[in-house]
Amino acid sequence: MKKLLKMSKTSKQNYITYAMVLVVALIAGVMDATGNMSSLMSGLLVPVCAYVILAVALNLCVGILGELSIGHAGFMCVGAFVSAFFSKLMASTIPVAWIRFTLALILGVGFSALIGFLIGLPVLRLKGDYLAIVTLAFGEIIKNVAAVLYVGRDSKGLHFSLQDTMSLGLEKDGEVIIKGAQGITGTPNDSNFVIGVILVLVTLIIVNNLVNSRDGRAIMAIRDNLIAAESVGINITKYKLIAFSISAALSGIAGVLYAHNLNTLMSTSKNFGYNMSIMILVYVVLGGIGNIRGSVFAAALLVILPELLRFLNDYRMLIYAVILIVVMLFNWAPSALAFREKVKAKWKKTPDSTKKEVA
Amino acid sequence: MQFLSYFINGISLGSIYAIIALGYTMVYGIAKMLNFAHGDIIMVGGYIIYVAVATLGLAPLPSIVIAVVLCTLLGILVEKVAYKPLRNAGSSLAVLITAIGVSYLLQNAALLIFGSSTKAFTSVVTVPAIHLFDGQVVISGEVVVTVITCFIIMGALVLFINKTKAGQAMLAVSEDKGAAQLMGINVNATISLTFAIGSGLAAIAGALLCSAYPTLTPYTGSMPGIKAFVAAVFGGIGSVPGALIGGIILGIIEILSKAYISSKLSDAIVFGILIVVLLVKPTGILGKNIQEKV
Repeated sequence: MKKLLKMSKTSKQNYITYAMVLVVALIAGVMDATGNMSSLMSGLLVPVCAYVILAVALNLCVGILGELSIGHAGFMCVGAFVSAFFSKLMASTIPVAWIRFTLALILGVGFSALIGFLIGLPVLRLKGDYLAIVTLAFGEIIKNVAAVLYVGRDSKGLHFSLQDTMSLGLEKDGEVIIKGAQGITGTPNDSNFVIGVILVLVTLIIVNNLVNSRDGRAIMAIRDNLIAAESVGINITKYKLIAFSISAALSGIAGVLYAHNLNTLMSTSKNFGYNMSIMILVYVVLGGIGNIRGSVFAAALLVILPELLRFLNDYRMLIYAVILIVVMLFNWAPSALAFREKVKAKWKKTPDSTKKEVA
Repeated sequence: MQFLSYFINGISLGSIYAIIALGYTMVYGIAKMLNFAHGDIIMVGGYIIYVAVATLGLAPLPSIVIAVVLCTLLGILVEKVAYKPLRNAGSSLAVLITAIGVSYLLQNAALLIFGSSTKAFTSVVTVPAIHLFDGQVVISGEVVVTVITCFIIMGALVLFINKTKAGQAMLAVSEDKGAAQLMGINVNATISLTFAIGSGLAAIAGALLCSAYPTLTPYTGSMPGIKAFVAAVFGGIGSVPGALIGGIILGIIEILSKAYISSKLSDAIVFGILIVVLLVKPTGILGKNIQEKV
């Protein structure tokens, strides 16, 4: 107890976040196990975890590093395809599900981080709008390449092609693992809700610890003022790359989770395209840019809400778009900020409501 | 001969990109923002013409005029409501995300009104095709009109910017907003004018794009919009002739890579070029290099 009291304010906040995630997950898990959840909702449990991780990963890039990436679905795509490919390849070689999944996870995350690093190396020299459009470009390239990639296996080993199954030149006993636009079919369903929640917590711990470390403060200094940060000796390239690669790696976790929850993994513009990247951005903006806990709950809520509000389905995207614009205007426009200050000041002046003031 | 006809198609597509890129490049030059919703204004223009021709039974030319007027108004409205309040915001991210929101809004509004089904767009061009080399190379009327329109617009715009007071005001605002204001230039009106011109051009681009590729969906504008931005960056953002050069080169590359490499990878190739350009010469072919100061 004493230790708990001594804890700094930020770590207290972090533990509150973890506890909240655990409580929500526990309630959802119990509801699912006792059959109090519709099959539609219980089918959403793992995707919710994947999107939460993705939102936290993007928030690290947008909120903490301060660089807008609209290609994060691409990193998710890398993680998903690499891990699903591995799992399918090793389905008979490694029969134990958790060992296979762990290896697939390591591989998927490793590849996403590598791609993130390779993309970040040249791209992070650019600023603002240019960086956004280049991340978009990379995301689209990854998605397009994944949609035309053919990989087959026979006794001679692996064969790769960007054309069709014929050009793989497989022997008669050969097996096509990735079938271009049809993607990977028959990935073992190794992920479940418990794994999802664990991965969400791991992601949160990684990000929170990074933010509160020396490196994290350097990253935020770069966000706040690049020239000032450089002049006090912060290695801009290094810290930008660290944050960007970690963000990509975390998106890879989401991809691995996502891929192992599906029978068929395809690369379409719906799941790994530009629209998905925007969707994640909506989660981040609604949860609050730079607010990790906000991202978690905004993502979870926005994935589940449409299923609860089926009657609004046609208007859902329209409403999201309006909310995105209104939230941005309300939080960033100088006139809106001035207005909020004024309201706040008035609120403070009324004597009986001084305690109600929310920070 | 095959190559020649691909090449001509490339120039035609490139001309459309160039017209769209003009909107990006002018807005970027003046407001220093990437107007993500620009591509979707093309789509709105396409739908307005579709409704005017197919439902109201108007002739092509008046429908295009209606589309240009409505898109111009839409552009001004978007600027006033969504972008202007954020002009002095602390972070440039804010206006970029808002622009993405506007783009999303336009797409989903169109989806709600017109549905996701593809609409068959009747070409607004009535010029007959030109047959060369005994019919081995056919240049369609759309291609002829597109290329001519593009060059007329370019010429008119260069004259407008260099010879008129409003055009000079645009140049001044893009150079230094504060100084321009001190010289008595109405900065807000100038920015609105830029958005108006860009959006009007987007409507024309929409008419040409939908005539050349006669399908119309709520997402028609987004990919050409992004590619036109690539063209604008390629030519040097902020430069009018740069948009023309960048657009045409990009159009040719896209059509040739579609024809000779892979139709599925042509988008990837176009984006690959953007990345290479930004890394080798971030200011583009005709752009100016501006050093950031404290």
